[in-house]
Amino acid sequence: MATTVINVLNQYSRDRRNLIPILQKVQEKEKYLSSESISEISIYLGISENDVYSVASFYSQFRFIKPGEHTVKVCLGTACHVRGGARVLETVERELKIKPGQTTADGKYSLETVACIGACALAPTMVLDNEVQRSMTPQKVVDLLKSKNKAENDAK
Amino acid sequence: MITADFRAMAESDWQSITDPSIPQIFIGMATCGEAAGALSIYKAMESALIKNRIKARIHKTGCLGMCYCEPMVDIIKPGQPRITYKNLTPETASELITDYLINGNYRPDLALGVWGKELDGIPNLFGLDFMKFQQRTALKNIGVINPEDISQYVACGGYKAFEKALGTSQQNIIDEVEKSGLRGLGGAGFPTGLKWKACYKTQSFPKYMICNADEGDPGAYMDRSLLESDPHSVLEGMLIAAYAIGCSRGYIYIRDEYPLAIKRMAIAIDQTRQYGLLGDNILDSDFSFDIEIREGAGAFVCGEESALLASIEGNRGMPRHRPPYPAESGLWGKPTDINNVKTLANIPAIITNGAEWFAGRGTESSKGTAIFALTGKVANRGLIEVPMGITIRRIIYDIGGGVPDGKKFKAVQTGGPSGGCLPAELLDLPIAFDSLAAAGSIMGSGGMVVLDEDTCMVDVARFFLDFAQQESCGQCIPCRLGTKQMFEILDDITKGNGKQTDVDVLLELSDSIVRTSLCGLGRTAPNPVLTTIRYFRNEYDAHINDKKCPANVCQALVNGGQVDE
Ligand SMILES: Cc1cc2nc3c(=O)[nH]c(=O)nc-3n(C[C@H](O)[C@H](O)[C@H](O)COP(=O)(O)O)c2cc1C
Ligand code: FES
Repeated sequence: MATTVINVLNQYSRDRRNLIPILQKVQEKEKYLSSESISEISIYLGISENDVYSVASFYSQFRFIKPGEHTVKVCLGTACHVRGGARVLETVERELKIKPGQTTADGKYSLETVACIGACALAPTMVLDNEVQRSMTPQKVVDLLKSKNKAENDAK
Repeated sequence: MITADFRAMAESDWQSITDPSIPQIFIGMATCGEAAGALSIYKAMESALIKNRIKARIHKTGCLGMCYCEPMVDIIKPGQPRITYKNLTPETASELITDYLINGNYRPDLALGVWGKELDGIPNLFGLDFMKFQQRTALKNIGVINPEDISQYVACGGYKAFEKALGTSQQNIIDEVEKSGLRGLGGAGFPTGLKWKACYKTQSFPKYMICNADEGDPGAYMDRSLLESDPHSVLEGMLIAAYAIGCSRGYIYIRDEYPLAIKRMAIAIDQTRQYGLLGDNILDSDFSFDIEIREGAGAFVCGEESALLASIEGNRGMPRHRPPYPAESGLWGKPTDINNVKTLANIPAIITNGAEWFAGRGTESSKGTAIFALTGKVANRGLIEVPMGITIRRIIYDIGGGVPDGKKFKAVQTGGPSGGCLPAELLDLPIAFDSLAAAGSIMGSGGMVVLDEDTCMVDVARFFLDFAQQESCGQCIPCRLGTKQMFEILDDITKGNGKQTDVDVLLELSDSIVRTSLCGLGRTAPNPVLTTIRYFRNEYDAHINDKKCPANVCQALVNGGQVDE
């Protein structure tokens, strides 16, 4: 871990204005911000850990616990809301047996909600591991998760 | 100057694309296109070309705005006009290779339109209802050129406006923009020329230029499409602004939910640097300027300019009192100009065609065009650019093709969480900054979500207040506690626990939140509630008095409380 964070830090000058880009880069590499990472960042920038946390916790992008292998993000923006986004979310919750912000017990899936991914014309949408899925229905959610699991099992 | 050689080369390459000797294939690969399966279309066409041993050139373009037709492909066959095909599958896409490219069958069944005269029953693309009421200026290149290739932008006249600007005085450019009447398209509608002038006049250095691409309004994606489909037009606008004001450094603040927009903008910045359009002594002038991308981190309030500044400085994105405005004291206390993506994309055309041309369109107080993302319960969903003053009816019924599935139109939501819901009685309202404000909504950044009879207006109000109370930065009490109170009352109403006094309490809370909040988030947050009470009071009454949800949306009130599956 520590070396990844140090590698990231070395790309930036020790300037507070780099705090958010550093947090983003560390999270991109490590998938979340561990307390060790926060501590490294605070030492590097010469600001308190408290200060780092206070900034990081303000922005919904940052996570402080390790997410699952795959991330499902369901859009609950206006266009998706009026075209059935809530039913998409309910289906994902039921299939994975978790609520937004949680990770399945086997560490496979995390569930998040977003307030618009900018594909509103294709509403309701969700994102599975960075791939935007359009015109979702409860049935399509079930099929998608099934085929993801099948693809994984076949790969093993 | 962009070297004459480069411009000539770009133009001749473009000529070889539009009047080609081998087929040219354009695949729409913006987020909408990709989500609809453009990548598999690309692969299918590529392998069909190889299999049939056909030489052709494939271009990845952005989004033409007709998102309801994705995945889309354009083809130019030698000697033929550009033809746009819609809703393709990998199978039909490969059929186009054999049927059209080899056998000369235009496949009118798959075609959407021709870029020119009707052909074999395929209509003129720009004569389609979706297109013919539009006036594309800022969007003129979207879906036409490859956004990752600066030479296509240059061939279409790109960076000529900037060159023209460099040859005239800063004051001149600012005057021109002021005379054009352009108003900010990020939400507030502040006159762009005045903002530039204030920043220009402030004697403190360095000065900063920021492009606001945070696009936080849910249900809106105009800025994303522009960044993904024509990033250079935004960069050119930024360059002109930075030169006119005297900024030496620029930032583009793009929300992190837009990875493709970030990627394409990064490519565009690299290319401009390569051609001497960014950096020191740009095009051998005294003007030096460079741009950095900053990614947002998922806070809606960071679209507000002072919060955005705090975020770039590396702090919590908390808005602050204004004045002083950023034009006087912005990033690190230095003069800073902040403009929206669409505002900037309008600048090159104003410099090229002049202020009078721009001011000749639109209404008395709202000049030029408006850009909307038309979504929700409407047949043709997509991105449109229309003259200010056009009626809502024309947008929804003519361009949008009306409400699908035989349902009845109920309302249109504009301006996102800061805007409101306008009813059928206002369908003939001309769209402009002032008319929308008078009706209780706002122009906003351009989200336009159509709602049909299956939408519950109390639920919509609850939805927006839930958003507002979650996104409130928590700094000022009216916004932090007020929006939460309003949300809870609305939540109660939708759950069948509404009280007789609720509507009055909502109105009273709204009044104090609007008057006393620190920033625009709080000041506009009650709008969705105020407009739904104003135009759909009967729905509130039905929920509160009769414990009924007329649209059958609120689960607790449907079937006497039985949850319907
Ligand atoms: C809560 C809130 C969110 C905002 N979000 C955005 C946004 O996402 N994009 C934007 O351009 N302007 C947004 N604005 C408006 C900006 O504060 C600012 O007015 C605008 O960027 C100025 O650009 P313009 O003059 O070109 O419109 C927001 C304002 C508020 C109060
Ligand atoms: S509202 Fe869901 S993608 Fe925009």
